Amino acid sequence: MGKNLTMLQAITEALDQMLGHDDRVMILGEDIGVNGGVFRSTEGLYEKYGKDRVVDTPLAESGIIGSAIGLALNGMLPIVEIQFLAFIYPGFEQLVSHAARMRYRTRGQFGVPLVIRTPYGAGIRGPELHSESVETFFAHTPGLKVVAPSNPYDAKGLLISALEDPDPVIFLEPTKLYRAFKEEVPDEMYRIPIGQAKVVQEGSDLTIFAWGSMLREALNAAKKIEDEKGWKCEVVDLRTLYPLDRDTIVQSIKKTGRALIVHEAHKTAGLGAEIISIINDEALIYLKAPIKRVTGFDVPVPPFTIEDHYLPTVDRVKQGIVETISF
Amino acid sequence: MEKTGNPIMKAHSSGVEPEMFRVLTPDGEIIETIDGKIDKSLMLKMYERMLLLRTFDRKSINLQRQGRIGTYAPFEGQEASQVGSALALSAGDWMFPTYRDHGAAIIHGQELYRVFLYWMAHFDGSICPEGKRILPPSVPIATQMVHAVGTAWASKIKGEQNVSIAYFGDGATSEGDFHEALNFAGVYKTPTIFFCQNNGYAISVPFEKQSASKTISQRAAAYDIHGVRVDGNDIFAVWLTVKEAVERAHKGEGPTLIEAVTFRYGAHTTADNPNIYRDQEEISTYWRENRDPITRLSKYLNKEGYWNEEQEELALKQFNELIDAHLQKAEGYPKSDPLEMFNHVYAEESWHLKEQKQELNQILRKGGKK
Repeated sequence: MGKNLTMLQAITEALDQMLGHDDRVMILGEDIGVNGGVFRSTEGLYEKYGKDRVVDTPLAESGIIGSAIGLALNGMLPIVEIQFLAFIYPGFEQLVSHAARMRYRTRGQFGVPLVIRTPYGAGIRGPELHSESVETFFAHTPGLKVVAPSNPYDAKGLLISALEDPDPVIFLEPTKLYRAFKEEVPDEMYRIPIGQAKVVQEGSDLTIFAWGSMLREALNAAKKIEDEKGWKCEVVDLRTLYPLDRDTIVQSIKKTGRALIVHEAHKTAGLGAEIISIINDEALIYLKAPIKRVTGFDVPVPPFTIEDHYLPTVDRVKQGIVETISF
Repeated sequence: MEKTGNPIMKAHSSGVEPEMFRVLTPDGEIIETIDGKIDKSLMLKMYERMLLLRTFDRKSINLQRQGRIGTYAPFEGQEASQVGSALALSAGDWMFPTYRDHGAAIIHGQELYRVFLYWMAHFDGSICPEGKRILPPSVPIATQMVHAVGTAWASKIKGEQNVSIAYFGDGATSEGDFHEALNFAGVYKTPTIFFCQNNGYAISVPFEKQSASKTISQRAAAYDIHGVRVDGNDIFAVWLTVKEAVERAHKGEGPTLIEAVTFRYGAHTTADNPNIYRDQEEISTYWRENRDPITRLSKYLNKEGYWNEEQEELALKQFNELIDAHLQKAEGYPKSDPLEMFNHVYAEESWHLKEQKQELNQILRKGGKK
């Protein structure tokens, strides 16, 4: 059994079920209680579970993440909501110096089972610093895991896995996809394993690697290219950004021999570079063309009046496909 | 009696030194009633523990000079603050020390050889004994304070009668996390004890340049939590203050901010030279002569006939032997295997760590050196 849900509704359902399932689960964040979250992802949970389990915290990201580390140390299962990804910066030190390192420093004596959820990415006409895509910061930090779903079904399954993971997980929710579409989401608490990418569409001519909201652009471009030129693109949704699913990446390259990476994060030192490096290490001889990246530019995410020009578009992705296949 | 108008006061405030809670004067006189709360055996325990820590601290500096441990952060002068506070805790209480609070950690149950291991840069130096809740020393400043709010918050949720104590210095009070921690603790009334050892200097910066507020304890008012300023070299006053904070926490009255006014005689670390930023000899001599925590308790105990030179000699001999035994254990402890760097990054090792571990293993085997 299931029902048609948006990504937001799927996330709310996952949170609801976890709160109901385990007394140790707490949600902490700004405006997540009475207000139900600025995107309404925690709607109804405050009324259902009360102020001690769905906690409206003071406006202080370091305080929220730092106290959640303490809560996790002492047996709770905190889920932190940071209102927007770029607002996480005051809490960055807590993440990289403490959450990520606690297990390591104590040789496994103390762990921090903590989930940090945060909306990320452009395309919602947000004000300044509401649209960043800086997943690389976290994917560069040993001890953290980074997850980014691209659809309601994965969002629920990955979130439940993140909550059950013994290590801290940064859960990046593509804001643009929150209400973009609905799909059937099972009622039960199911899990999607962290660390596994998914081949969303099979193909033989080129592989597009994408995640988050860029998956839609990838699929749309792949469809248009097929219509126009008859080329069949394989589309891989990475889902977990750290650690990456190398096997799926390499297998797909062995099959298609060409790769295009699409991400809205800045190009330099973006995860695309890491994926290219993996292919270089593991599947160079299978390549028929250099690997291309279609990414956000190396500029701060610009004001929303021109953000569409920052984001990879279907046309830019198509152009990348053409250049790679006709190399 | 204490001299007045000496240069030391500047280390703690820009004006006249504000009042602080004191029980035992530098001359070894009790000026406040202790209502039988501190009996002879506790007094002796306090004294012996301070003596043990001073011996340990001096030994550690020597070991650093000999190259047997790495850079070390000494705490001599702060023994009353560390011993007094830690002795007021119960075994199950959470402790969040900094790199200068291994004294407090030892009193709370950390084993001496592990502290040596920590300063020898051994992975296992941060592990605390089974069942204890002593976190590894926090190196970033003030960040651990919010953790102590979190663990205390969880204790409150679970209905456990445990407090969480966070140690920090005067420099930490300028960090955002100091304020966030106090604010969260105030809002959620967590059983947290914020224990500041105001030793006058954040490496080289004196308190008068650190803060415009006269005291640290007064900041408690801003968060509507309990604040106390105490003579950090008076172990009776420290113990009574922390004990009261524990009782307040148990009664659900929430957090306490304690400012223990003290001084580090030595350098920030063995890599630091305090002569550059303060009149090292004058200030240290002043504090040793007028405020030393061990001397003043010794005076009192001798006067009461609780302690004498013979006992002191015997105790020092025993402590030296004990410390040597722990040093021996630390020096004989199996060296960290380079491959251990890959362990405990995650609960389960992922593919990239497995492979990188394998890579280093092959290098080590080829080199024949491990």
